[in-house]
Amino acid sequence: MADRTAVPPDVNSEAGVSRRSFLQLSGAMLVLATWIQGIGRRSVETAIRWGIPIPWYRQGPISHTFTVCDMCPWHCGIIVETVNGVVRKIDGNPNDPKSRGRLCAKGQGGVSFLYDPDRLKTPLIRTGDRGAGDFREASWPEALDYIAQKMGAIRDEYGPESIAFLGHTGGDSWFVDHLAQAWGSPNAGRPSTSLCTGPRDEAALLTTGLPIGGHEPVDWDHIEAFALIGSHIGEDTRNTVMQDFSKARARGAKVVVVDPRFSTAASKADLWLPIKPGTDTALLLAWIHVLIDEGRYEAEYVDTWTVGFEQLSDHVATLTPEWASGITDLHPDLIRESARMLADARPRAAIVPGRHVTWYGNDTQRMRAAYIFNALLGAWGQPGGLYLNKSPYIESYPHPPYAVVGSAGGCSTEPGESSDVLPLGPSGKARADGARDTFWRGPTAIQELIDPMITGDPYPIKGLIAFGINMLHSIPNPNRTKQAFEALDLFVAIDVLPQDHIAWADVVLPEATYLERHDDLLTTAHLTPYVALREPAVAPLFDTKPGWWIARELGLRLGLDQYFAWETADEWINTRLRSIGSSIEKLRDSGGVIVQQGQPYLADVPASPFMTPSGLIELWSESLEAAGHDPLPTFEPTEEPPAGYFRLLYGRHPAHTFAKTQNTPQLAALFSENTVWVGTAAAKTLGISSDDKVMLENQDGVRSGPIGVSVTERIRNDAVYMVHGFGHESPDMHVANGRGVSDAGLQTRYALDPISGGAGMRVNFVKLERTS
Amino acid sequence: MTRWAMTLDVDLCLGCEACIVACSAENEVPVGQFRTRMRTTTVGTFPNLRTEFRVESCFHCADAPCIDVCPTGATYQTADGIVLVDPAKCTGCKACVTACPYGMRYVHRDGWVDKCTFCEHRLAAGRQPACVQTCPTGARVFGDLDDEADPINDALVKARSVSVVNPDTGANPHLFYLNSQFTNGPSERLETT
Repeated sequence: MADRTAVPPDVNSEAGVSRRSFLQLSGAMLVLATWIQGIGRRSVETAIRWGIPIPWYRQGPISHTFTVCDMCPWHCGIIVETVNGVVRKIDGNPNDPKSRGRLCAKGQGGVSFLYDPDRLKTPLIRTGDRGAGDFREASWPEALDYIAQKMGAIRDEYGPESIAFLGHTGGDSWFVDHLAQAWGSPNAGRPSTSLCTGPRDEAALLTTGLPIGGHEPVDWDHIEAFALIGSHIGEDTRNTVMQDFSKARARGAKVVVVDPRFSTAASKADLWLPIKPGTDTALLLAWIHVLIDEGRYEAEYVDTWTVGFEQLSDHVATLTPEWASGITDLHPDLIRESARMLADARPRAAIVPGRHVTWYGNDTQRMRAAYIFNALLGAWGQPGGLYLNKSPYIESYPHPPYAVVGSAGGCSTEPGESSDVLPLGPSGKARADGARDTFWRGPTAIQELIDPMITGDPYPIKGLIAFGINMLHSIPNPNRTKQAFEALDLFVAIDVLPQDHIAWADVVLPEATYLERHDDLLTTAHLTPYVALREPAVAPLFDTKPGWWIARELGLRLGLDQYFAWETADEWINTRLRSIGSSIEKLRDSGGVIVQQGQPYLADVPASPFMTPSGLIELWSESLEAAGHDPLPTFEPTEEPPAGYFRLLYGRHPAHTFAKTQNTPQLAALFSENTVWVGTAAAKTLGISSDDKVMLENQDGVRSGPIGVSVTERIRNDAVYMVHGFGHESPDMHVANGRGVSDAGLQTRYALDPISGGAGMRVNFVKLERTS
Repeated sequence: MTRWAMTLDVDLCLGCEACIVACSAENEVPVGQFRTRMRTTTVGTFPNLRTEFRVESCFHCADAPCIDVCPTGATYQTADGIVLVDPAKCTGCKACVTACPYGMRYVHRDGWVDKCTFCEHRLAAGRQPACVQTCPTGARVFGDLDDEADPINDALVKARSVSVVNPDTGANPHLFYLNSQFTNGPSERLETT
């Protein structure tokens, strides 16, 4: 590992080292050149004579670290190449089941993220008004003492439940799971559930009793036809999925893409269904109708493994492609043809569970419709369909009983509570997010914790520990969130970068990046369950600390010593690894991962794997009916855009992760600001072109700053689209500041999914006004 | 003999730009400058559309017009067909930048002309170029045209179509695009970004 004083290279500098200043350094370089023996010695000497910088790979021996990427939550295994204590190159780890030796643009941009000069460098304590961004530097002990004292005061006055622990990205488990549960707050959560994947997991639990988990269990190696509904593979660059998608296509698998936009994936599809936004459930019901009406379903599988076929059959009897056509704006023939394309490959066919599925508020029911379709194909647990994923076997780190049972969930962790009783905190309070009241079940719905911060109803949330979560870009309506910040007694932000919400924090703690820290082991439910290790390639830069260290130091100050009876992350990790006869050393020797055996297919398991009340796939759901919800999915129309407005859709750019990477110089160089996509016909009506800039104003009168226009044939004329995560306001993010527009800022409304608590965000509308 | 070349299957390419960042990191390309770039082309009218992503970098032409115009001999071609620039000999006069019919060269911030090298330093170590190694879709194949057993020849034989960018230059590019929908040139309305 490198010395703390290692100087970052100029990978992110546009000015760089001039040839002249380099010549001044060449004396020192000659020493280096003498040291290098054999490797490119002649070119090194020539380079020095002419002031040509020596390539990094000839500057010294290259050391390799097996670790896990954190540029996005997919968590690919990587090999980091380090020379003289400086990270220079990152590649995929060939042993890793996710990366398989390859890596996406963001993973490749990790070096630029690590050496971003805008990183938070030292603990900060607020000196000015909330939001003003005035801070003074503080030592770690001072900052941690301050936080512990404030947390104690909140606990004494309101109870421990009144502090929320929100987190995102790898390493958040130290805060959202371990510290929150030791402390005793049920108000812990992640944006990756109620703002992203929540409905797909609740729908899966209700239908099959099996969670989708963090890695969608699609049997890509054997699939022969598949559908993507609003999934943007190629723009959403989850590495493994791009690999699997491409291999399946190269093998000849048929692709159906349902999307109001001619996405990258749509451009690769055999059939593109340019659906009217918000009508997907109608399409799915018509697809189910076609399968049943034409007998294109796996009758024996349905008999053996499902309940409720008769009710389903009656339910869709009149839901013909002609019925759906009027709703979806798709030709009935296209609906039939696409249903048949999928059905005729059964059981080696499936609708791929999407990832970000919180769209319109009826999202659990829409996902159920997709899963019912998959059941009729015989896809669940069959080769070429959806395999039965399995978590790797490994023990948790032993700890005394927690003060509260966790229900944070998360797209990469086990799903949240689904029992009849919500877990209660030490002073007898359940979650403040309205679970069982405004929505039925599932992990914490973090957007529902914002109002309690403002109103104190059902009880006050007075403290907020935010780890790596982008509070103002992930949760819709950032103005409401800012209002909530104002009402807090304590707001702690732990992050790598001075993201927008930092300016409101009382205490800012700078975290080391994933390339500089350990985290808990990554355990992935998978076709081949596996365990992977994140360990540092270099020591933390500046005065930054790893999350585990911060959580532990805080825990010790809070009197939670018994939960932190370990000194280092190594000790925690080794203890867990011992339960499977391994160790950090052995894990390194085996190439950074331990792969276990799965039981992916129905033929591999002795009894029904479906953990529903009936033990079968529940096409008709008694649980839903008992809870007062439709036992079969129905189409519910969503509000139409008012005259002159367009539905605001959003998505990804391949070089960016959420709102995290816009300041990373190498990635910003590829895509520095978003534009609004406008259909050609709509643009003509509005009299705007791709040379124009426009302001967007939403249905509630909220206006954006200026944004460029991309006039394109690639989108319907009733919607506009932009890449998520732009429009950063933080002046300390020098690359991202003021670039593009935040879609979250225009999302002043969301539709709450009454089943999962998901926040459907595609219910906002904008009009466009050309700027002078 | 060895004759290095690359194929890029544009039917597989998802335009994810992993290759561009891998190239920049591996070769210390200054932020804001690029050895590799992507073109997105869309043809047609809604909803009858075709979109294609084509990543471009130096084509390592067999008859590279950039070589002869170089007054200092900085640009040269190896016996294996790789076109290289020796920064120590380059004066930054830009004659080669003008001569390249494909605009694949740029002036490095430190004064010399820079471009794709097929990662020849990695080839020397028996590794694939950085863009090929990282490509999530497997769209790129790099190899030796003179070795019949090399997978690149298999890729070329099995392709539904093989094309090079603007063959009329006579430069004989050695980056081959496979399975393009636009081999005969898009004749309809074009959106290029």
